Amino acid sequence: MSENTKVVENATCTFCGCVCDDMDLTVDLDEHRITKAKNACVLGRAWFAEHTVEAYPAALIDGKEATTEEAVEAAAQILVNARFPIIYGMSDTTCEAQKQAVAIANYLRANIDTTTSVCHGPSGMAFQGVGESSATLGEIKNRADLVIYWGGNPAEAHPRHFTRYGVTPKGMYIPNGKKDRTMVLVDVRETPSAPVADIFLRVKPGTDFEVLWALRALVKGRTIDSSIEEKTGIPLETLEDLVERMKSCQFGVLFFGMGLTMTRGRHFNSGALLALASDLNEFTHFVANPVRGHGNVTGADNVVSWQTGYPFGVNFNRGYPRFNPGEFTTADVLARGEADAACIIASDPASNFSRPAIEHLMKIPVITFDPKPSVTSKLAKVAFTTATYGINVPGTVYRMDDVPITLRPAFESPYPSDEDVLTAIKNRILELKAAA
Amino acid sequence: MPECLRIVNGKIHDPANNINGEVREICVQDGKIVEGVSDDATRIDAHGMVVMPGGVDMHCHIAGAKVNLARKLQPEDHRHDVHPATEYTRSGTGGVVPSTFATGYRYATLGYTTAMEAAVPPLTARHVLEELHDTPIIDKGFYVLLGNNVFLYKLLEQGRMDDVRQAVAWWLNASKAYAIKLVSPGCDEAWKGKKNSNITNLDEKINAFDITPRQVIKALIDVANDLGLPHPAHIHCNNLGHSGNYQTTLETMLIAEGRRVHLTHIQFHSYGGEPGKNPVSRAAAISEFVNANPNISADVGQVMFGKSTSMTADAPLAWMLRNVKKGKWINADTECESGCGIMPFSYQEHIYTHALQWAIGLELFLMAKDPWRMVLSTDHPNGGSFMNYPRLIKLLMDSAFRREQAALVNQKALKKTSLMDLNREYTLQEIAIVTRAGPAKLLGLANKGHLGAGADADITIYDEQDDKELMFNAARFVIKDGHLFIKDHEFCADHQGRILHVAPEFEATIEDEIKPFFDNYYSIRFANYAVDESYVAHSQIIPTVGH
Amino acid sequence: MAETIMLVPVRTNKQGTSLNAGKLKDEYQLVTSTVEIDPADMERLGLTTGDKVRLRSPAVETVVTCQQRKGKGSTAGMMFIAYGPPSSELMDGDTAGTGMPLSKHLLVEIEGPLAS
Repeated sequence: MSENTKVVENATCTFCGCVCDDMDLTVDLDEHRITKAKNACVLGRAWFAEHTVEAYPAALIDGKEATTEEAVEAAAQILVNARFPIIYGMSDTTCEAQKQAVAIANYLRANIDTTTSVCHGPSGMAFQGVGESSATLGEIKNRADLVIYWGGNPAEAHPRHFTRYGVTPKGMYIPNGKKDRTMVLVDVRETPSAPVADIFLRVKPGTDFEVLWALRALVKGRTIDSSIEEKTGIPLETLEDLVERMKSCQFGVLFFGMGLTMTRGRHFNSGALLALASDLNEFTHFVANPVRGHGNVTGADNVVSWQTGYPFGVNFNRGYPRFNPGEFTTADVLARGEADAACIIASDPASNFSRPAIEHLMKIPVITFDPKPSVTSKLAKVAFTTATYGINVPGTVYRMDDVPITLRPAFESPYPSDEDVLTAIKNRILELKAAA
Repeated sequence: MPECLRIVNGKIHDPANNINGEVREICVQDGKIVEGVSDDATRIDAHGMVVMPGGVDMHCHIAGAKVNLARKLQPEDHRHDVHPATEYTRSGTGGVVPSTFATGYRYATLGYTTAMEAAVPPLTARHVLEELHDTPIIDKGFYVLLGNNVFLYKLLEQGRMDDVRQAVAWWLNASKAYAIKLVSPGCDEAWKGKKNSNITNLDEKINAFDITPRQVIKALIDVANDLGLPHPAHIHCNNLGHSGNYQTTLETMLIAEGRRVHLTHIQFHSYGGEPGKNPVSRAAAISEFVNANPNISADVGQVMFGKSTSMTADAPLAWMLRNVKKGKWINADTECESGCGIMPFSYQEHIYTHALQWAIGLELFLMAKDPWRMVLSTDHPNGGSFMNYPRLIKLLMDSAFRREQAALVNQKALKKTSLMDLNREYTLQEIAIVTRAGPAKLLGLANKGHLGAGADADITIYDEQDDKELMFNAARFVIKDGHLFIKDHEFCADHQGRILHVAPEFEATIEDEIKPFFDNYYSIRFANYAVDESYVAHSQIIPTVGH
Repeated sequence: MAETIMLVPVRTNKQGTSLNAGKLKDEYQLVTSTVEIDPADMERLGLTTGDKVRLRSPAVETVVTCQQRKGKGSTAGMMFIAYGPPSSELMDGDTAGTGMPLSKHLLVEIEGPLAS
């Protein structure tokens, strides 16, 4: 460690959807590394510590070192010559880069999708059917006296959610913080988040829908049979007690996660929860916020929505955006073998997709953008090393509650940003199309 | 490169310069209208055409967090109305809440060149600016929501009026806003803080605060005038939509005590009748008051039959609509600043209230003695899409068409208005006033809304047609900043407009007051709140007046 | 001997930190290929911490290491693994028209301990 350091205050950690903007980073300017991240959680500390400037080649084409310019040319050629090119990922990059990706999809008449489709995509679909009552996180701090976490484990996935947003903070009408709140946790097992809860509900796997629907019925004054316990693992009295608390609180919030979207029912589960929160507004003020995973997946939702009208799973084949989950979502266009070229930005589908999807990905030319090697970049025809957003690259990100925040990078990187590379590819594509 | 243009043979409608249909030349150079240009300027033959300044929409909802939620909410509405790319323009989707590219292009095809996003909480100003940046062609700005701002409430409670002024000036700068917006002051604190209640009386205390809506309204009307802002406080009155609410509207206008104020979508605030019962029209009373008080301006907020989307910071109102219509509903609270409710909606001819609203809007237009102060709007998309403006223009200009349409609506409602007694037909000049000259003047945009030398070269040329809906539906030529980008009805170029915003002076010491509040009650750091210059790379500051 | 058991992929702190270090590095590989099994199930299946087991879904099989779960409450019938390539491989390619593969609460066959 050198003596040549600076401190970047009020920086933003973009590892998870908490997007904490109170990072005070100590940067070693000689070694190009962050040596201290004050206020970061365990995940944030790893995020800041591990993203240094490593000696990767600027790009790889067919596994051989290449310059960024050569790789831009190769990528543009691949995309222009494809019949069903797809763009995927985008959740770990800036909005400025995301806009370039949508532009490319527009000009190429390509398919574009974000990691939302395998995360809270079902919640997005439920939202389109049912709507949503939501609030920015400061409202929770100031007003929420009943906080329910459903199908998520913040202690491990969003470590500062309790302390910065949902449970501990003191607010305008919650002067005593946690003491003025009741926290309820609903999950299939007692996770490290459970000790924080005042009430823990252990639900049988795959029965969240039944529980949520029973709660809706109880809220509306219907009768529920006590056999609900056999079905879901939760006794009727517990549900009745929960409903009473929900109806009589001053301001309630349901935070929900992958426990609902990744299991049997998917968007029906999310929809049941969203509808429950909306129904409760007959009695009191109630909101439901999805807990988003990646730092800027919310940004990707927002950018794709405002530019196309739809949040994910968008296809431009006909010269205008169309939307259809299951048809244009990436898990499907890969598993069905439809894509013939893939541009993967800031994500690693070869790690996280199904076997049929990965097998097809291995058969088509793939272009990747990542600061570090990943499983997907290893199989890519063209792999760009790009700088890390929030650490090297400035821009805009959206927190899980749709609040936009401007990044304060800590140190420069010799690698280009995703935005720079995508812009260059876009321009080359336009040249090639004009020449054709 | 902006072109050198000479527009000849067109009939000019430039109310601000008293030109009413005369055939004159308009010359354009370096993005401005000029007295003369050289002979080799590009010639546009506007024979048989009408030439107007570009349209100015002073109240619409086209960008930002709430608009994007409404956009995401309705894929079914986009599916039916695709917006293909052209050689010059990006693709998108339409419907009542179009995607950003489609929004800009569609305003442009109607001949509009400026539009103002009407309601933005400062916490998400960055989002609005990003979306406006992706809204092509038009110049744009937004109004920042301050009427439900908790920090200002605390200052008002303590009677610290100077600090209120400094804080408002700070907020306008921090968000890069154009004007101050109030939406039903006090309603969001009641909604969020008191189990979804509302506030209905201007002299009622606002939830946990020792102030009333009247005090908030007065303070912000005064601040807007004292700061010399180009546009006065822009107010969505309390009790929108409720029977009998015209009283609240009159009271609100009286609070101004002769100072400039703008009441928005005033149609929704012109109802008589008893609370809880069917409304009747009080357009006459509202119109009379506005006519008699030159400090007051308004935009109509006309309801047009067909699909709409209600999106408003008046969260209790959206909840009321949900209980009426029972469909998907969005609520979106913004900490310390605002609330928001969204409800897909539609207005139908046979429904009493809808027909009444439609008729009241038309009454307000037809009874307006001063069209400069009763501007055309549908509060897009609350009263219907801006794509309805051509049809609305026809309703105003063609009384036979109006009668035909009136015959199709709920007659019981129609009888509660005086619409059938009003035979007035708007002239082209008056249309030019309510769609461009008037709003530009009310906004304080000295270089817009007219075709005199020095004006921004934002010019629309329409084919003159008997059917005014056809005429205004597709401008033949549209010029923005001297660039011709619609030629013979087709796009021939793309263009990026500017963000218009104000930057009133303030004492930096006010930040010492605001920061502790932030630290305690907001969820982001104070240092990360204000919007930096990179979000207004292409912008223009409109100066404050008179200091 | 094969038995059916429910697999629940989850997030853990270690998965998050090792992900930052690098997905191709050993720590991430280890973290995402370790299943936590309830002590009662471990006993019944004849497994001890460190044993390798084969997990089989209709289309795919993968080998992971098992570890005895230390948390509160019984989770018999369920085993937990940090998200990663092994858990994802077991997902079905069909998303039932939703775009979202089912990854939680997968019923898989478990076979082990495997000879090293």
